[in-house]
Amino acid sequence: MRQLPRILTAVRRTALQSVPTIVGIVILNFFLLRLAPGDAADVLAGEAGAATEETLAALKAKFGFDLPVLQQLGTYLWNLAHFSLGISPRYNQPVAELIAERLPNTLSLMGAALGFALLTGIALGAVMASFAGRVPDKVLSVLSLLFYSIPSFWIGLMLIVLFAVKLGWLPSGGAETIGAGFSGGEMLLDRARYLVLPAFSLALFYVAIYARLTRGEMLEVKAQDHVRTARAKGLSPFAVATRHVLRNALIPVTTMAGIHLAGLLGGAVVVETVYSWPGLGRLAYEAVLGRDFHVLLGILLLSSLLVVAINAAIDILQAALDPRIEVR
Amino acid sequence: MSALLDVRGLSIAFPKATPVRDVSLTVEAGETVALVGESGSGKSLTALALLRLLPERARIASGEVLFGGRDLARLGDRELRDVRGRDIAMVFQEPMTALNPVLSVGDQIAEVVRLHQGLSRGAARARAVELLDLVRIPEPQRRVAEYPHELSGGMRQRVMIAIAVACSPRLLIADEPTTALDVTIQAQVLDLLDALRRDLSMGLLLITHDLGVVAEWADRVAVMYAGRKVEEAPFEVLFATPLHPYTRGLLAASPRLEAGQHCSVGPLNEIRGSIASAAGEKGCAFAPRCPLARAACRIAVPDLVSIAPGRLSACPVTTAAPVSEACHAAPVG
Repeated sequence: MRQLPRILTAVRRTALQSVPTIVGIVILNFFLLRLAPGDAADVLAGEAGAATEETLAALKAKFGFDLPVLQQLGTYLWNLAHFSLGISPRYNQPVAELIAERLPNTLSLMGAALGFALLTGIALGAVMASFAGRVPDKVLSVLSLLFYSIPSFWIGLMLIVLFAVKLGWLPSGGAETIGAGFSGGEMLLDRARYLVLPAFSLALFYVAIYARLTRGEMLEVKAQDHVRTARAKGLSPFAVATRHVLRNALIPVTTMAGIHLAGLLGGAVVVETVYSWPGLGRLAYEAVLGRDFHVLLGILLLSSLLVVAINAAIDILQAALDPRIEVR
Repeated sequence: MSALLDVRGLSIAFPKATPVRDVSLTVEAGETVALVGESGSGKSLTALALLRLLPERARIASGEVLFGGRDLARLGDRELRDVRGRDIAMVFQEPMTALNPVLSVGDQIAEVVRLHQGLSRGAARARAVELLDLVRIPEPQRRVAEYPHELSGGMRQRVMIAIAVACSPRLLIADEPTTALDVTIQAQVLDLLDALRRDLSMGLLLITHDLGVVAEWADRVAVMYAGRKVEEAPFEVLFATPLHPYTRGLLAASPRLEAGQHCSVGPLNEIRGSIASAAGEKGCAFAPRCPLARAACRIAVPDLVSIAPGRLSACPVTTAAPVSEACHAAPVG
């Protein structure tokens, strides 16, 4: 790849430029979260039921919530500069640990769902484009419209009813068999069984998006002159479709997939709840309810880092797919 | 000896129109035949139909495309793919869009030799460099890794030609190969095509609307109007004594320096009206624009009659009363 040196400079520059962006995001998030009434101490005291004024004041003093807002921000940023995300009052555990516990689950769910959605969506889109206007195209179009419009919690529930309750093939929730003490290959298999249903429920919506996008892009590319040149060379219809049509059509699909990948980190709350999947989406949701701002800030920070990283990766991928785009 | 390419009575139909009717055409080995006509005359459709590369809704309604004893119009898809790119190759009009923008030019050339000659990846790459050199692209070693957007229009058309001649085809179809290029580049590209035709002893079917191109490079000329062939002749004969009023009009509309013609002297001749007037015409399609049209012209389509060997015209008026005002045309530079 002749662009390699260019890519390295680009990565270095993106990393440097992202520092002020990230700091800005943290500060903005910090103030936005203050707009919500109450803090973790209020919630804790409320849940305890019989908290007195003194207990509340003691709680606030313990977590530093009685300090002026700017001073709290200062402390937070100071901790951040030392790579500490602070401590969650609710879990009484460092935020970094909390996130680290959940992150692998979220990443595996995200990766499995998007991977499946991309492979299936592109394949379906290619089939639809090859049969444009004919029966397979029409059937798949209706199907993808269904996938697109059915809410994921409903699909999730129906899949549980079918595969967990009626057929009993797959577990209905959780991320692993608790207390089974599997290791090695058995553990992977166990986890995979738990992953199938949530990943599938999450993926269907994206399958529909990628299928429709791939179909549209392929039809557009197909009408271009260079495809006729490829046919004039004597290439088979399959070679023309894969080498000359699909490849060119994938460029917009990668952009879309990048946006989804960045968004999925915090966006899987519904599916995570349906399958009681211990991921970041649920952690964030619980953090909002508990006014656990340190946890929330930590997740938001991670999300923004992920967005920056994925955007940079997509830029590089696009330059690799389309030589007209240059890594700058 | 039978011709290299022998098209007989080719008609091309869309669901609601028949833009090419009953066109016959031959190309001998090593010969350059020009198919001339204005936009909408059906010349490009004719060219595309030879390799069955027509747009999706169009189809060959009738006729034969005989090549090497086989009828390409009825050949199986697999057999036809073996002909495409190997025995008959095509160069298209727009080098900007006719090359795949995301593959390097080397890959696009290598693809066709790997397909038809079964070369390995490395050998195909080496062959691509040779071919770039053959079409006179400087620094082929470097250019082979470049992408179409990094090349100029003329360079891209040379790459197209390299792809086309990669398997030493017996027939090359060039569909307006120079229309999108600068005038100075046009001559270079046509010179190249002509040289390759001689070196590889290919037949060359040149689709063009440019009579200047015809004068300099064609052995024989077929003129099309509104989907029909209206006249055919060796180029010297056609330029000296055009028979069909449409051909005469075309030649009269070409600027000629020798005649002292210049925009300061007077306007260039034109053929009044447009090809759209041919729609719905029962008789000769050119009749609405023809200065010599008679009542009979508008009743039935005139037959294409043979006047001398290799000399055909579809105008009973001028064929009966031969050239009164011969149009002495000279090649245009």
